Amino acid sequence: MTEPVLRFRGVTKVFPAGRNSVRALDGFDYALSPGGIVGLVGPDGAGKSTLLRLATALLLPSQGRIEVLGHDTQEEPLAVQAAVGYMPQRFGLYEDLSVEENLNLYADLQGVPPHVREARYAELMRMTGLSPFLGRLAGRLSGGMKQKLGLACALIRSPALLLLDEPTVGVDPLSRRELWAIVERMVREGNTTVLLSTAYMDEAERCDEVLFLHEGRLLERGAPRDLASQAAGAAFLIDPGQEDRKSLQARLQASERVVDAIPVGERIRVVLDRPGLPDPTELPALHGAGEPQPVPPRLEDAFVLRLRAARTPLQMPPLPQRGTPRDEEEVIVVEDARRRFGSFWAVKGIDFTVRRGEIFGLLGANGAGKSTTFRMLCGLLPASSGRLTVAGYDLRRAAATARGRLGTMAQRFSLYEHLTVLQNLRFFASAYRLTGSRLRERIAWALDGFELRAVADVRSGQLSLGYKQRLALAVALMHEPEILFLDEPTSGVDALARREFWRRINQLAATGVTVLVTTHFMEEASYCDRLVIMADGEVLASGSPSELLERVRSETLPEPTMEDAFIALVGRPRGHVA
Amino acid sequence: MNAVARRRLLGLIRKESLQIVRDPSSIAIAFLLPLLLLLIFGYGVSLDARRIPVAIVLEQFDAETTSFRAAFEHSEFFAPKHYDSVQAAEAALARREVEGIVWLRSDLEARSLADPPGRVQVIVNGVDANQGRILEGYVEGVWKTWLGQRAETRREAPTPRVFLQARVWFNPAVRSRDYLVPGLVAVIMTLIGALLTAMVVAREWERGTMEALLVTPVRMREILLGKLLPYFVLGMGGMLLSTAMAVFVFQVPLRGSFALLIATSSLFMLAALGMGLLISVVARSQFAAGQIAIVTTFLPAFILSGFIFDIGSMPAPIRAITHAIPARYFVAILQTLFLAGDVEAVVLPNALALVLMAGLFLGVVFRRSRKRLD
Repeated sequence: MTEPVLRFRGVTKVFPAGRNSVRALDGFDYALSPGGIVGLVGPDGAGKSTLLRLATALLLPSQGRIEVLGHDTQEEPLAVQAAVGYMPQRFGLYEDLSVEENLNLYADLQGVPPHVREARYAELMRMTGLSPFLGRLAGRLSGGMKQKLGLACALIRSPALLLLDEPTVGVDPLSRRELWAIVERMVREGNTTVLLSTAYMDEAERCDEVLFLHEGRLLERGAPRDLASQAAGAAFLIDPGQEDRKSLQARLQASERVVDAIPVGERIRVVLDRPGLPDPTELPALHGAGEPQPVPPRLEDAFVLRLRAARTPLQMPPLPQRGTPRDEEEVIVVEDARRRFGSFWAVKGIDFTVRRGEIFGLLGANGAGKSTTFRMLCGLLPASSGRLTVAGYDLRRAAATARGRLGTMAQRFSLYEHLTVLQNLRFFASAYRLTGSRLRERIAWALDGFELRAVADVRSGQLSLGYKQRLALAVALMHEPEILFLDEPTSGVDALARREFWRRINQLAATGVTVLVTTHFMEEASYCDRLVIMADGEVLASGSPSELLERVRSETLPEPTMEDAFIALVGRPRGHVA
Repeated sequence: MNAVARRRLLGLIRKESLQIVRDPSSIAIAFLLPLLLLLIFGYGVSLDARRIPVAIVLEQFDAETTSFRAAFEHSEFFAPKHYDSVQAAEAALARREVEGIVWLRSDLEARSLADPPGRVQVIVNGVDANQGRILEGYVEGVWKTWLGQRAETRREAPTPRVFLQARVWFNPAVRSRDYLVPGLVAVIMTLIGALLTAMVVAREWERGTMEALLVTPVRMREILLGKLLPYFVLGMGGMLLSTAMAVFVFQVPLRGSFALLIATSSLFMLAALGMGLLISVVARSQFAAGQIAIVTTFLPAFILSGFIFDIGSMPAPIRAITHAIPARYFVAILQTLFLAGDVEAVVLPNALALVLMAGLFLGVVFRRSRKRLD
């Protein structure tokens, strides 16, 4: 048996948080054998980043010991740091330094002798495809390229242990694949062992071993295939046939035996609480739908099963119907909208329309122009040219009136962290000029409808991300807007909270609320009725999810994912910010 | 220091220098801000009272009163306005159209010859206490000059045997600029040393570059030196620019030696950099770093260093606090070096205080900084 590269012995890490303390890691034992890629998964706040930082000696354990290649992190932090390559979550490149200058700095710091640099740089540049950009300032690279440069800096001296903290968050699918190719090559060729955290289950499936963290504890560990097999025989694809996909999904989600029901193109992927083809009497929701097709289980299925067991699902009281659920009226119209910042065009002429009651998605990587488009539609940023109409109001003339008709939920839920849940609700209600009985009625609605009554007097800063998300959505809906704008609403929240969130959005859409949502999670595209994929400020493609999938379906790719569609549509590597 | 460690340090210095050169904001703080402050303080701010508006109330017109009034009109310190009644003048005082009233009663002639001599009533607006006192003194000066001239022209009064002959040393023209501008150098260096350093370290935390930097074999002292050395050079550059402007643009004399100026400035620069790095140990956002640096270094250097406000006239507790402010010692050194020369009795004890402060700050920084996040 070979000596482990990294060993945690009974490690607990406690952070002080005001008067109480947070146990970020709780009695964690683990030995990482050399070679291979190990993935750390788990919801936000599970302790992933803390674990990685402990391994770099940036944090010291409150209890227990950590050894990296035989060096104790407490006693020999410099030896540890000389042996590992580390890429923090927001990798800090020096943006005002060029690609080469960044590499030089890390080569100096890592003690790479000058005579071997040329060959090493050449190799790293070939791997990352950055050679044409050596002289470019890092700040002027695209998100994906920045991440590749960050990886190159961490790899400057082939570390024995490579620690990556969510290396692909916010990176476009193509760059994501390239990053993975580099990491896999490092493992194959050298004697590097990789420990990385990820929010993407498909990435976790590519690892040799997966550690599932939950609230600072190791919930599961094993090869992805073995973990996934816990859901073997319980996963099915269901064709809605003549049924409406969304209402079938809602019915399935309400059934007792169904653990998970998510849209995949036009079909629904269902995970049951135990294996075996469901009997129609056991699952009356299936009535009228096509025959369930058994499908191989995925890692995510196993986690949803596991999390479900640990948590009681949210009860969602039905929302009152308001007006016609869906019609052909165009509630949002965008015509040739452009926006310039200095000499840089963030949005280069986009067109789309959204009909009442639709869930409409804006997909794309960071820097694609989604957020700029979103801000223009909220009336927060005037368009440089083009026409934007929301709820019949031209944003150029009546932005304030239009804003009164819509509710927004921003990327970093804009709540007052020092106020309690109730105080936040009251504040936003008064900001929307609700008074008297209507104010009380809406606050009661928010507390009950989002199960916030139990935490009404908790300061919102202390809520878990899932609860914050609920509160933010409740706040956005205080004044019963007819249009709802969601900017990256699910980033950071775990798989279960994400499902709850989408259930709620489906419910809202069914009552006639029009929803516009931006996301960089390609898998979330299936929740949308229609969507546009953006890249470099332009619309690459638009249509329903199944239409987009149809466009890339081929013999070599019979079951394309939305990510495959994105990559096929982008076509070629998009290098840089022009 | 071995070759590998030297390369690490050089790498950090090179990186920092490139960032300084490419970042317009550090250039602005190092060179544009001194320029702006010097122009404001050199040209705009003056503690000298000139052309003070005063109300002159004459109740009787004759040769005496007219010549007295003329004495005010010829003085560069006054801008007299004439009122017929003291009531009108009082109203003007209340509206702050004038800062004082000189009231010559109708029996001036008789009173001035009487014994004790007759009085001219002077009413001064005491809202601005400093200016009020200056005004009082000036009026008295005009009055005495007038009396003297009058005695001379009449050849009647006996000349006094004792003369008061005032000489102002070190700043014979009593230009407040000459003593403000040297003090400004201390303020500017505080700004570059403490504010800029605290901000750039906080920026590394904010952008996540610090975290990546820490997980390399680099030692904490190398990171600190990598910040100290480039900003030392930048700060001394700001100091040279300020000195050059003081001497060549504002014509402030530099009577002490240039070498001593550089030597003491270097000491102060180290103390200021020490403060900046000390702030960066606690502040990890640029906003917090900026706030802390302004409140704990820049404002004290401005208010409590003796740069504008005389430390001797502060109440004892405040005076005690000024001893904890490095700028206080440097301002004393600068004002002496510029205006008086190499006065060892002033320069040496103050320089010693700077050595102690720089040692204290840097000592704490090097001891307390850890390559850790918690």
